[in-house]
Amino acid sequence: MAETLVKKIISSRTGKEVRTGEIVIMPVDRAFCQDGTGPLSIDGINKLGIGLKNPVNCYFFIDHAVPPPRAELANAHKKIRDFASSSKANCIMRGVCHQIMVEDFSSPYEVIVGADSHTPTSGALGAFAAGFGSTDVAAAMLSGSVWLKVPESLGIEIKGELNKGVAAKDVIIDIIGKIGADGATYKVMEFFGEGLKNLPMDGRFTISNMTIEAGAKTGIFPADEIVREYLKSRGREGDFRELPASVASAYENMISEDMRKIVPMVSCPHQVDNVSPASELGDVKVDVVLIGTCTNGRFSDYEAAYEILKKAKSLKTTLIIAPASNTVLKRLAESEMFRKFVDLGASIIPPGCGPCCGVHAGILADGATALSTANRNFKGRMGNPESFVYLASPMTAAATAVTGRISDPREFL
Amino acid sequence: MIKGKIHMFGDGVSTDLICPGRYYHLRGDLPELAKHALEDADKDFVKNMKQGDIVAAGENFGCGSSREHAAIVIKLAGASCVIAKQFARIFFRNCINIGLPAIEIDTSGFESGDETEVDLKSGIVKNLTKGIERRFPQLPEKMIAILNAGGLVNYIKENSGL
Ligand code: SF4
Repeated sequence: MAETLVKKIISSRTGKEVRTGEIVIMPVDRAFCQDGTGPLSIDGINKLGIGLKNPVNCYFFIDHAVPPPRAELANAHKKIRDFASSSKANCIMRGVCHQIMVEDFSSPYEVIVGADSHTPTSGALGAFAAGFGSTDVAAAMLSGSVWLKVPESLGIEIKGELNKGVAAKDVIIDIIGKIGADGATYKVMEFFGEGLKNLPMDGRFTISNMTIEAGAKTGIFPADEIVREYLKSRGREGDFRELPASVASAYENMISEDMRKIVPMVSCPHQVDNVSPASELGDVKVDVVLIGTCTNGRFSDYEAAYEILKKAKSLKTTLIIAPASNTVLKRLAESEMFRKFVDLGASIIPPGCGPCCGVHAGILADGATALSTANRNFKGRMGNPESFVYLASPMTAAATAVTGRISDPREFL
Repeated sequence: MIKGKIHMFGDGVSTDLICPGRYYHLRGDLPELAKHALEDADKDFVKNMKQGDIVAAGENFGCGSSREHAAIVIKLAGASCVIAKQFARIFFRNCINIGLPAIEIDTSGFESGDETEVDLKSGIVKNLTKGIERRFPQLPEKMIAILNAGGLVNYIKENSGL
């Protein structure tokens, strides 16, 4: 019988066949937390008073509040830096944790536990990568293992290719709209099908990043030639190991997604599964556009936005650019895009989370509306429960910044 | 046996409503952070909570971020237990790991103020006010052991490992 990707990974790592629902203790290859969850992990570790099992594979990211907007957060960063240096773990401040993981560390077949819910981003490389709380991650750092229930998988067959003006972001928003914000709770979303060859790495990162928004444990893509090419581009071809795609018969439950039929989509306040085609929203005035975050803050996302922004003379909204990592920022700075964004009056903020989680660098005013390329629009998400957050692709975001109203980017291309 | 008054919430209550990002800087001061528990879903929640009360909700309670603080602030606000039609996965695990029982059960018909009993051992929730009795499947052994130890940190201490 055909196996699901997650079972292939678990079996290969535990050396035995596993059944759905069985509780297994998995070896952990990489464990990480960030500045919001790390201090609590450190407290847990300190309470136990034993050393990290494998400090070189433990990462403490400083990304949610960089540079720190308040003394309390500066103190949290200090606590993290001090702990990392005394325990010999890695302390990294050069972008959002998930982006740094996929750029420099995550590889096929790895088991990755992160104290951040968007850890599934690494699943695009064929890893098992799931989000946990601080204490689970502390336990993983100490023991080198984590307990989990072998999950059921939801198969997602990807067909066709995207039309102009449509992005991977629209695909995942469409999927979440169909299955709902709890449509994959406790399950793994696994992607397969002939359409995958038309889905480049950055698009896969966006999709696996948002699988948690359907409640999934993680989202896993096969490790194919596109993954190999990506790892090669990062100087890590040696980390590649093929994870062959599964087939429809491996899945008790599956849905098909024909990319040819997808149009620019928007998640409306205050739930990610409250979706609508951008063209059917009517007149929604927008005050702030955010292009960036771990969902859509990669170089190709800015290239897509630039296609629209390069023709603009001015913008009708505030524009915040939040690159996902220093690597992205550096490429951006070396490109013609950077000057144009600055000329248009954009705020280019340090790589990190910034306004995405409502901590700093773009908190919304009472009654304000934002269109963001991030992954979440819960009430209060961008720091003010009296504001409204819409989610969409970088192209839709760019078109919206130009018109000041949520706009279908296809009209601009 | 757990016994207390219900504080009822609806579907899709996210971690952003339970523990808002605008109090991010209070994460190093949990008792202070807990003063804002569930504030954006019910601004009087903390004021109305009594030690031992029960938080109840509909579908997908705790969806969103992995912040364990969301489970912690509910516990610090005095909750002895959370019951919901369905929990988001990370939130559920976090509850168990900090020693806060989380029970999946049909909560329809439950209202704030209902006097309710939860028997973890025999898997029964009794809403005494409404005369509703509902059963839930026993939690896996590992989770019961973690709850009994008062959370994952204590469990690891006692068992020297997972
Ligand atoms: S960019 Fe946003 S979603 Fe991504 S890790 Fe940061 S806060 Fe979370």
